[in-house]
Amino acid sequence: MNTAYLGMPTFPRAAAGSVRDTRLRANLTHATHTIRDKRAAAVAEIDDWARLRQAGKDIKDRTLRHLDHYLLQTERAVTAAGGQVHWAADADEANRIVADLVRATGEREVVKVKSMATQEIGLNEALAAEGVAAYETDLAELIVQLGEDLPSHILVPAIHRNRGEIRDLFREAMGRWGRPAPDTLTDRPSDLAEAARLHLREKFLRAKVAVSGANFLVAETGTVVVVESEGNGRMCLTLPETLISVVGIEKVVPTWQDLEVFLQLLPRSSTAERMNPYTSMWAGVAEGDGPRAFHLVLLDNGRTATLADQVGRQALRCIRCSACLNVCPVYERAGGHAYGSPYPGPIGAILTPQLRGLQSDVDASLPYASSLCGACYEVCPVAIDIPEVLVHLRERVAEEAAGHRRERAGVRAATWLLDHPAAYAAALRAGARTRRLQPERLRLPGAAGSWSASRDLPRMPAASFRDWWRAHRARPRDARHGEGGPGAPPFREGGEAR
Amino acid sequence: MNGSRDLVLARIRTALADVPTAESPGGHPVARAYRSAHTSEDPAALRTLLAENLADYRATVHRTTSGALPALVSELLAARGTRTLAVPADLPPRWLTALHGVELVRDAPTLTAARLDAADSVLTGCALAVAETGTVVLDAGPAQGRRALTLVPDHHVCVVHADRIVASVPRALPLLDPRRPQTWISGPSATSDIELTRVEGVHGPRSLECVLVEPE
Amino acid sequence: MRVALFVTCVNDALYPETGRAVVRLLERLGVEVDFPAAQTCCGQPQYNTGHRRAAEPLLRRTAAAFAGYDHVVAPSGSCVAMVRDGYPRMGDRARAEGRGDALAAAAAALVPRVRELTEFLVDVLGVTDVGAYYPHTVTYHPSCHGLRTLGLGDRPLRLLRAVRGLTLIELPGAEECCGFGGTFAVKNEAVSVAMGRDKVDHALATGADTLCGADNSCLMHLDGLIRRQDAPVRPLHLAEILAGTKADRRPPR
Repeated sequence: MNTAYLGMPTFPRAAAGSVRDTRLRANLTHATHTIRDKRAAAVAEIDDWARLRQAGKDIKDRTLRHLDHYLLQTERAVTAAGGQVHWAADADEANRIVADLVRATGEREVVKVKSMATQEIGLNEALAAEGVAAYETDLAELIVQLGEDLPSHILVPAIHRNRGEIRDLFREAMGRWGRPAPDTLTDRPSDLAEAARLHLREKFLRAKVAVSGANFLVAETGTVVVVESEGNGRMCLTLPETLISVVGIEKVVPTWQDLEVFLQLLPRSSTAERMNPYTSMWAGVAEGDGPRAFHLVLLDNGRTATLADQVGRQALRCIRCSACLNVCPVYERAGGHAYGSPYPGPIGAILTPQLRGLQSDVDASLPYASSLCGACYEVCPVAIDIPEVLVHLRERVAEEAAGHRRERAGVRAATWLLDHPAAYAAALRAGARTRRLQPERLRLPGAAGSWSASRDLPRMPAASFRDWWRAHRARPRDARHGEGGPGAPPFREGGEAR
Repeated sequence: MNGSRDLVLARIRTALADVPTAESPGGHPVARAYRSAHTSEDPAALRTLLAENLADYRATVHRTTSGALPALVSELLAARGTRTLAVPADLPPRWLTALHGVELVRDAPTLTAARLDAADSVLTGCALAVAETGTVVLDAGPAQGRRALTLVPDHHVCVVHADRIVASVPRALPLLDPRRPQTWISGPSATSDIELTRVEGVHGPRSLECVLVEPE
Repeated sequence: MRVALFVTCVNDALYPETGRAVVRLLERLGVEVDFPAAQTCCGQPQYNTGHRRAAEPLLRRTAAAFAGYDHVVAPSGSCVAMVRDGYPRMGDRARAEGRGDALAAAAAALVPRVRELTEFLVDVLGVTDVGAYYPHTVTYHPSCHGLRTLGLGDRPLRLLRAVRGLTLIELPGAEECCGFGGTFAVKNEAVSVAMGRDKVDHALATGADTLCGADNSCLMHLDGLIRRQDAPVRPLHLAEILAGTKADRRPPR
């Protein structure tokens, strides 16, 4: 478990805070709108997107349905290629494996390629506790690390920061970690990238151990695939003597050929490119080229529990492109930190509670962090029906989590009313009769209060539709469907407008 | 460690209780109705498309013929002001015949990253190029050297022979050997980490020049 | 052709004028409409809040209420999406839980006959010009379930463009959710309100006097925000625009 997220508030509370942060809102709106338009253009460029998406979904499902088989095949192939495979049931075990491997090299520092899996398990904190410094080398991860901040986006962890904030941070903090930024540093993105280049190059050139994640593992060949843009990945994957890759067990694809689907789906969905600048692929160790020791740590940490949920397991198809974040209106306003996990946005709302379980208030609040608008499902390159999983997880929360007893009782009462049209009609009538007494702007208790704090309540009409129909339109045969109950008073047409 | 291996595998098998026991791995159907290429595979058209897509990602593209290659290489390095050039040990010697006053650093397992950092440029061939995506693929094969060679110097000149160009990713993968370490390169290094605006040039070579060698 | 109006609970209780407009519109187009009074709510609020089993009696009730009708027409993309997308899932889940095929059968019997209003007009009746008159500037917000689950596409816009006197102005960011989302509106009030305010701002930026939608639940949320800030734009259901004609005694609202 990543301790950085302990004690986080529930999603609604955290989001209420970020909604008020105007700078954060501006940063997120600018960034997400920039990338969402580009993604749409990149996807529109090829006319078989829907078919690629279907194939991506199918391949992932094929893998998940026989995950044990493909993991064993991966293990054999990686071992045959000179790598070593380790299995970690949970975060603590994965952290211990990595720490032991680093200690065995005698090194006290590692360079890291951006990796969601190591964020998830809190590897940097675990290594720090063992006296090992882990340097993030992805630009955005560097920004997060220098700022002692948390990531807020899967692809662009520092999306919540604008160029001016990044310049200030580089000037202030870089020197504490290594080569300082020049005092004359501007906020031009190219200057900021140059500062990061100079700062990290000395670390790359002396690093003996690197830690990475992976985008894909090919069972057939033992190939590990890392997709990136900056070249920090290549630096970490090729210059050090020891490479340790921590990879979730769901990252496997069966065959080399299967990569033809994902290497098309992923870049267009994530950075909206035809192809990302750098893709590195290797199996085990290559004689005289790159690390002399390669360790693959296969991570469960809640994935098998997710796999056991027949509706929820589709979340394991995720290839971490973050297209769903970039189109999500809730993410855009709440920001990534509100999700209390390295996995924010729509995918985070279904992945985090499955990986961590629904017991905590934060995790139980995540399935509700969506208006179910469906924009995420539309852009997902592996067709994860995120709204379906959200609703399903709400069902699990309503059943499993404490504190939902009152809601259950309320829903039962409402359903009873809706299943008894006579009582329902009478209730509508009672509402109509008392409408002049009903407030539009008063602060009300409970859910009505949440509504009316910022919104006027709807005005009750003089009569429900059904009473109008019965008074003016009903023909005798409709009586057969009759609702029974007391007769309604006659109404004149023309109820009050909204 | 074996304990966790067995534990994870057992958890997976329990989780998949709904999968019919008769279903074999690979039994779940995959609809591969997507295209194997999105473009005409006429060689001249592929060359043009590759050049366009490389340029779109800020690589510089030069088109030449085999005979004129050495002169062009010399010209590009001179324009860059290159004094030290890293090359794979097996680079065709002919490519270098027009060079003057450039120190060569030949790739070898003992060549350190610090040494490479002092090289101004690197010159290699490639295994393949993918026209649709504007990608050159290196697989440590002939005229390519180790992965580090094309990573540390800030300027990479990559020679692409016309017969190495394929249309698409699905066309490229079957031609590549998964046992070899591979680097797929699409333009110079770049980042979109600041406000999701793309900036070229971070840790990998900030300049990528591709030389397309066309049939004479 | 036996056609039933599936008015939906929100319209029944809060927006009867929309239901009356549908009746007026369809009758003008020569369609005889019934209102089976056994209908209440489709069960979406329960289902989407995680109370799937509580929604099952409402699936059965809705299916039974509309048995025997050739077409079931609803002025709500969201409720139609619940029937078309949610009901089969509920049936499948009940079957997977070993509770038989009855729920799936009830869903299957209803699903193919249910149409959102603009689908019924354009696809079944084959009309886009319904003879309406509405001399106002209008901008249209496509609600998410109609847009993405049903794929209503440009049907509502084609209907609006054919209305006499109406000037249609494109809504910036039209496809973004308004933030209603059922219980989301109260469970995540802050984000819901922020989304809604942005939607209202976009509508105001068009200068249109009417913000048209095809789902009164979304319009209720936007209307609540609009009235709170006394904003100069009026939310109005598409059916009420399409129902009005020049010959109407009452001027269009």
